[in-house]
Amino acid sequence: MESTIIRSKNFNAYFGVNHVVKDVNIEIPKNHVIAVMGPSGCGKTTYLRCINRMHELIPGATCNGEMALNNEDVYSMHPIFVRLKIGMVFQRPNPFPNLSIYDNVIAGYKLNGIKLPKAEKDNVVERSLTRAALWKEVKDSLHKKGTFLSGGQQQRLCIARAIAMEPEVLLLDEPTSALDPISTSSVEDLLHELKANYTLVIVTHNMQQAARVSDRTAFFYLGELVEYDDTKKMFTNPRDNRTQNYITGRFS
Amino acid sequence: MAQLEVQLGLLKQEVINMWSLVRSQLIKAQTSLINFDKDLAREVILKERRVNGYELKIDRDCENIFALLTPVAIDLRFVLAVLKINSNLERIGDIAEGVAKYIVRTGQPFKPQLLEATKLTVMYEGSINILQDTLIAFENEDTILARSVFKKDEFLDDINLDANNLIENYLKENPGDIDQALYALSIIRKLERVGDQSKNISEEIIFYLEAKVLKHKHSH
Repeated sequence: MESTIIRSKNFNAYFGVNHVVKDVNIEIPKNHVIAVMGPSGCGKTTYLRCINRMHELIPGATCNGEMALNNEDVYSMHPIFVRLKIGMVFQRPNPFPNLSIYDNVIAGYKLNGIKLPKAEKDNVVERSLTRAALWKEVKDSLHKKGTFLSGGQQQRLCIARAIAMEPEVLLLDEPTSALDPISTSSVEDLLHELKANYTLVIVTHNMQQAARVSDRTAFFYLGELVEYDDTKKMFTNPRDNRTQNYITGRFS
Repeated sequence: MAQLEVQLGLLKQEVINMWSLVRSQLIKAQTSLINFDKDLAREVILKERRVNGYELKIDRDCENIFALLTPVAIDLRFVLAVLKINSNLERIGDIAEGVAKYIVRTGQPFKPQLLEATKLTVMYEGSINILQDTLIAFENEDTILARSVFKKDEFLDDINLDANNLIENYLKENPGDIDQALYALSIIRKLERVGDQSKNISEEIIFYLEAKVLKHKHSH
């Protein structure tokens, strides 16, 4: 039976008085890829940033309702602990420009003051880069700067950096929107492999990407979760007319 | 209007045009049978190429829509349904051609009493009507009319099941009409396939509009 890793119940998010995520109820099963889609301004990225408490970093941003990780209230945990458990990858690859590939991967440990023996650091770097499908390409240039890599490789380096901390969930905010089709394809392939070890929540504007990579899809509109279902069902026979209009490009 | 919507509209019109041609082929084959009009039968045989041309064009259009416009949801079901309806219509076109070939081949006209006694006349009318119903159901997105086809197909099936007995009885009284009676039986068998193809088409219309799969289900 599928176990739920993230559960939102009557979850709301605001920017000042703007109600941007409205009463969202969603259960995300472990080791699945969940795509979150919807038009610009529908609240999908805000919802994503609420999952690992990044929303609250913006002045005036608030939220309420239940957000649980493994049945534990995320908002009762220390935010740093939450972000260790729920990693994030952003739209544009953002490796630390002054750090080598090696140091980028273990940056999370350094920033959190966690000291590891050299052999263990080497292990973390190799394991993370292997899981991010980058090891073979960079194993002989680990001490070169991360910014020398191509866009797709940099994004996979950011994924390696995120998974180095052994999170349970990885949030990806349009992770391929700045990449060319070949790099996009390699990141998408990677998502399929990563779900064996992690739960992935990906915000995407690209509906075909949502269809290709995810097991379930959530459709947001005007801050509401309109529909959340198996991706196959969503793209062949959506329940709600608003979903159908959106995915068939008939949205007014 | 989105490019996909434009292309789907054009595809729908193309299928309707093919449907009208196939229907006209079936009616002309019927007229050539009743009037023993070999020229009209030859016209049906020649025009079968146009039906095949439509089939190839519609296949190509569907392929392009899949490749270039990646339809989803109702649009995806529509294109999938059109692909299958296209092939069903092409087979009905083949049936009209097959009937026409019998007319060209046979040496003498079909006696009206043979057509009546074997219920071939009724069966032919029923086949044309059932095909017309599917066309209207497709054009108007009418799943109630599409569902009514299942019952009408059963009526054609019943005539087909009865055909051996009727032919046998007719031949007892008209032993000299063996050739014509066998042709009549073959035509009934072919028209029964028109009912089957129309039923398949109706299932596709319901699949596309309601996302329900009725194929291989005994009761609808």
